[in-house]
Amino acid sequence: MKELLEGSMVVAKAIKLCRPGVVSAYPITPQTHIVEHLAQMVADGELDSQFVNVESEHSAASVVLGSEATGVRSYSATSSQGLLLMAEVIYNIAGMRLPLVMTDANRAISAPINIWNDQQDTISLRDAGWIQIYAEDNQEALDFHILAYRLAEDKNIMLPVMVCMDGFILTHGIETVDMPTQEQVDKFLPPYKALYKLDVDNPQTLGPLADPDCYTEARYAIHATQKKALELIPELTAEFAKVFGREYNGLIEGYQLKDAERVIVAMGSVCGTIKDVIDELRQKGKKVGLLKITSFRPFPAQQIYDALKNISKVAVLDRAVSLGGGAPLATEVKAAFFGKTRSPKVISSVVAGLGGRDITKDTVKDIYSMLTQKEKACEFMDLKPELLKENYE
Amino acid sequence: MSNHLFNSGHTACAGCGQSLAVRLVIDAAGKNTIVANNTGCLEVFSTKYPETSWEVPFIHSLFENAPAVASGIESALKYLGKKDSVNVIAEAGDGGTADIGLQSLSGMWERGHDVLYICYDNEAYMNTGIQRSGLTPFSADTTTTPKGAKSSGNLRYKKPMPEIAMAHGIPYVATSSIGFPQDIVRKVKKAFTIKGPKYLQIHVPCPLGWSYPSAKSVDMGKLAVDTGLYPLIEYEYGKLSVRKITPKPVDEYLKAQGRFKHLWNNPDGIKKVQEVADNNIAKYGLKAEPQPEQPAV
Repeated sequence: MKELLEGSMVVAKAIKLCRPGVVSAYPITPQTHIVEHLAQMVADGELDSQFVNVESEHSAASVVLGSEATGVRSYSATSSQGLLLMAEVIYNIAGMRLPLVMTDANRAISAPINIWNDQQDTISLRDAGWIQIYAEDNQEALDFHILAYRLAEDKNIMLPVMVCMDGFILTHGIETVDMPTQEQVDKFLPPYKALYKLDVDNPQTLGPLADPDCYTEARYAIHATQKKALELIPELTAEFAKVFGREYNGLIEGYQLKDAERVIVAMGSVCGTIKDVIDELRQKGKKVGLLKITSFRPFPAQQIYDALKNISKVAVLDRAVSLGGGAPLATEVKAAFFGKTRSPKVISSVVAGLGGRDITKDTVKDIYSMLTQKEKACEFMDLKPELLKENYE
Repeated sequence: MSNHLFNSGHTACAGCGQSLAVRLVIDAAGKNTIVANNTGCLEVFSTKYPETSWEVPFIHSLFENAPAVASGIESALKYLGKKDSVNVIAEAGDGGTADIGLQSLSGMWERGHDVLYICYDNEAYMNTGIQRSGLTPFSADTTTTPKGAKSSGNLRYKKPMPEIAMAHGIPYVATSSIGFPQDIVRKVKKAFTIKGPKYLQIHVPCPLGWSYPSAKSVDMGKLAVDTGLYPLIEYEYGKLSVRKITPKPVDEYLKAQGRFKHLWNNPDGIKKVQEVADNNIAKYGLKAEPQPEQPAV
């Protein structure tokens, strides 16, 4: 059924449809609305779930770690500083192979403190072993949460999934979405049956000490499973399409790529803006396109190679930066072409939209214009020189 | 397979007070128990993959989050309708309890989860090499409060964890000691008759960290109680009961341990520790009344 909803309510309704038994979270903007809605659903008796109010994000993540380990589907949501405070628990959840699903409302990292959107928070946790899926709009945010549980709980995967959605832009954006029925979701997502759990009838030790004889294998198994997820995600999205009637690739999505000469690679809500710009520029005969990355972990290097190998000029747009290094998405996109026979002539890297600075259509046009010139490395868009106290040239 | 729910064959040091306490706790709790454990000696010596000492479901996550993990386990059991038939224990050492894990523990207490929290108090960070914690006693020589020309060891007194627990209004707070094994068993069993958050702090002497012969752990526990340095107290719904003692001077306890060696020929230093014991004795009313003489016939 079509519903006009705020993004946070879209996610809350999606989570309700997934029937988690335990929900735990700590307030942080711009995530808070999601769990407020869930708390109300529990209060109204619409959602049969234990809602645990905790004293920190560290404990929120630890509570759902404990409930998942007891074999109960669980949910949490966070953002920015909250995700960083959770960081060691985030690694722990993946290491313990607990199929948790969590939303991150993407937000900048302090200092300076800033509550607005970029993707520095989740990018900083890219190495933790979680699958990371980035939503472009609220329909994707809705559908990806349902997919996320199915993917996480697949017996061949058993890894947590983080659904990343741009803070405010999506969480507080009001859009029409097609809300599935409970019957559809139940058909796609069966009740969770844990492979291993804390059970007094079958006692097991979870979280043991692994010495140098076996630690590497535990880590390798996660890495290898992430690669398996690259194959499973498209299978699940195909099944999803049959039940819900919406088609996703789940790893990447091309827009006007076929004859494109200049292409932007990006993740998240900015892809909508880029598509609008493409539509305008195409009318003027410019051969521009977009490659949207949906899955950042696992990183679909081969799919990206295949999608871009015949493109002449590529700009990778990051809403995060590895300070003192480069832009994370650009670094990995470039690496996908290293040692390969075919490659774009130019792969430029641009950083934009930090701390909520709008990436306007003009910004996007500037990026395309820049692509007629020589390759840029970690180019910060829309810098205001008058705010810089020193000359960094 | 032994008859215990916590098996031997683990890699704890000879004379480890904690391993003795754990066996008593888990046997008293029974097989319908799930344990969430902070990082520390216990998890290291009892769960080295692929071996485990645990005959009950056990989870170790991180250094400071066992109370939150246990909160999640308890919430999951409630969701499954199994809470009434399963005990949940969260446990940690003194550093994991009084320092790095205090926030998580406070949250668990305040939320009212039906969990027994056990602090195995060996009075320093033993797993990392005897560094001072918030439960290290006054004057103890540790690797981060070393004795020296300008130092008499740890300057601070033990953090009053039982009082901090009481301030949360929880229904059961107690201390115990491996010097009194039956006291541990009784208190664990008592705790599980009470719904809500429970706190039990058990004194577990550590031969390595305290520097005494490994056969003397139980004796050290007894002496700590009998001097008044480690009062055995029990608050049940706020009502205090204590184990009465005929107090021994602290000298015997201090002179049995290398961590207090710098006090051995320092009467002023011993006096200050005696004040700690005297304060405990007065505060909790530990002193046994003299037995009335038999009336003459």
